[in-house]
Amino acid sequence: MVRGFEAGIIIAIIAPLIGIFLVLRRYSLIADTLSHVSLAGVAIGLLLKINPLITAIIASVASSIAIERLRISKRIFGESALSIFLSGSLALAIVLIGLAHGFGVDLFSYLFGSITTVKQFDVYVIAVLGVLVIAAIIAFYKELFYVTIDEEAAKVSGIPTKFINLLLIILSAFTVALSIPIVGVLLISALIVIPVVTALQLKTSFKKTIIIAEFFSIFSVVVGIIVSFYLNLSPGGTIVLLAIAIFIITLFLKRN
Amino acid sequence: MQQQVDHTHTIIELDRVCFSYTSEEVIKDVTLEIHKGDYVGIIGPNGGGKSTLLKLMLGILKPNDGSIKLFGVNIRDFKDWSKIGYVPQNVRIENNFPVNVEETVSMGRFGKRGLLRFPTGEDKEKTLQALKQVEMLEFKHRQIGDLSGGQQQRVFIARALVSEPEIIFLDEPTVGVDIKTQKQFYALLRKLNKDMSLTLILVSHELDVVAHEATELGYINRTMVYYGDPEEFLKGAYFHELIGKGGIHH
Repeated sequence: MVRGFEAGIIIAIIAPLIGIFLVLRRYSLIADTLSHVSLAGVAIGLLLKINPLITAIIASVASSIAIERLRISKRIFGESALSIFLSGSLALAIVLIGLAHGFGVDLFSYLFGSITTVKQFDVYVIAVLGVLVIAAIIAFYKELFYVTIDEEAAKVSGIPTKFINLLLIILSAFTVALSIPIVGVLLISALIVIPVVTALQLKTSFKKTIIIAEFFSIFSVVVGIIVSFYLNLSPGGTIVLLAIAIFIITLFLKRN
Repeated sequence: MQQQVDHTHTIIELDRVCFSYTSEEVIKDVTLEIHKGDYVGIIGPNGGGKSTLLKLMLGILKPNDGSIKLFGVNIRDFKDWSKIGYVPQNVRIENNFPVNVEETVSMGRFGKRGLLRFPTGEDKEKTLQALKQVEMLEFKHRQIGDLSGGQQQRVFIARALVSEPEIIFLDEPTVGVDIKTQKQFYALLRKLNKDMSLTLILVSHELDVVAHEATELGYINRTMVYYGDPEEFLKGAYFHELIGKGGIHH
């Protein structure tokens, strides 16, 4: 439970930090794609008896670089690249799971998240890489902000837009892979997207939107973990349902 | 009365520039010199290469042939992008976009500040100054998406001004803006050209506007068909020939 909390809070902090840039660039689908790639990574880890978090991170980061290269090469449409990676990695995961005749409880916990399976090593990895993600976003905040709002103008002002785009997608890959133990592969994108979309309903400045999204995210994760622990529910599902409930309440209050 | 042009101070030089997206050339053999204080209007038919020429001068596109120099430096080696301001075409921000006016203008300082350096008090001060110049200071906390098209364009001019550029490129800046706001907008550009010696390059499909506002007129239809005095252009055979083809709005 404590390890789940520690890892969960780090994930709750980094998910909206990445989410704001992905949502505003209409790039939310990348989180879904990378989560399926991570599933293939998890399957490789389980098959080779390596920590699945490590193999998920490697698979996710490598694929993110390939997706970005494919996107800027303009050989295929950006969305098609995402679709190929999403279905391809899911296919790979299914084949690997079949080869190993299933992975039992382990695989289920990676699909839907489980705070009880979070190992101490996982917490260390999530903490170190989570801090790196936060540091990178702070360091390149102004560039990420400008490229998100107006990429062409950012390029003219001398900002290295190719590097910033690559950085964003790599940071997204880390965030997705690190979130697996808590919310599971199938629900990661919800944690990245929903708190940001909720905060956007309040129509405020960029910085305030990030702060509000952080609040909604941390609240959903902390309360979700507590509720799921005491009621014996899936933590990933509970966290995402809470985030959706906050979104609906915000939407309703804003309308009235 | 426009700003005196300094013909000894060349800001942009294009030498036999060619560009194509596919096999067909969009820009062919364009040679051009723009000097400090010039107010250049570039007109031409749709698909004639106006915006492409602008993007070549901004380094967004790379020429297939020929060379482009900015402030005497080949564009491939040019680093001092804060000397250049850019107001893109059709930047319309949706009303739920979470960015206020001050944040939008502050972005214009980011390139000048450089990577891994945080904005300072000076950046904030310059941001507020730029907003004052375009008479939008009182809107600084408003969401950019809540402003009218004309007000948004003023904010984008402030964003271009905030890096203290020597030249501003404007790509069809008044598309979708009402006549009254257009007049205010062009009065502001005249003032910036006159008071700050700002070199302006305005791409437009509206001949009337360009002929009356700019000091130099360039008519491009893949090649630079005419470059010079706008009044001479209106008197000349080119103009009647081009109007006859219906390629430009007059």
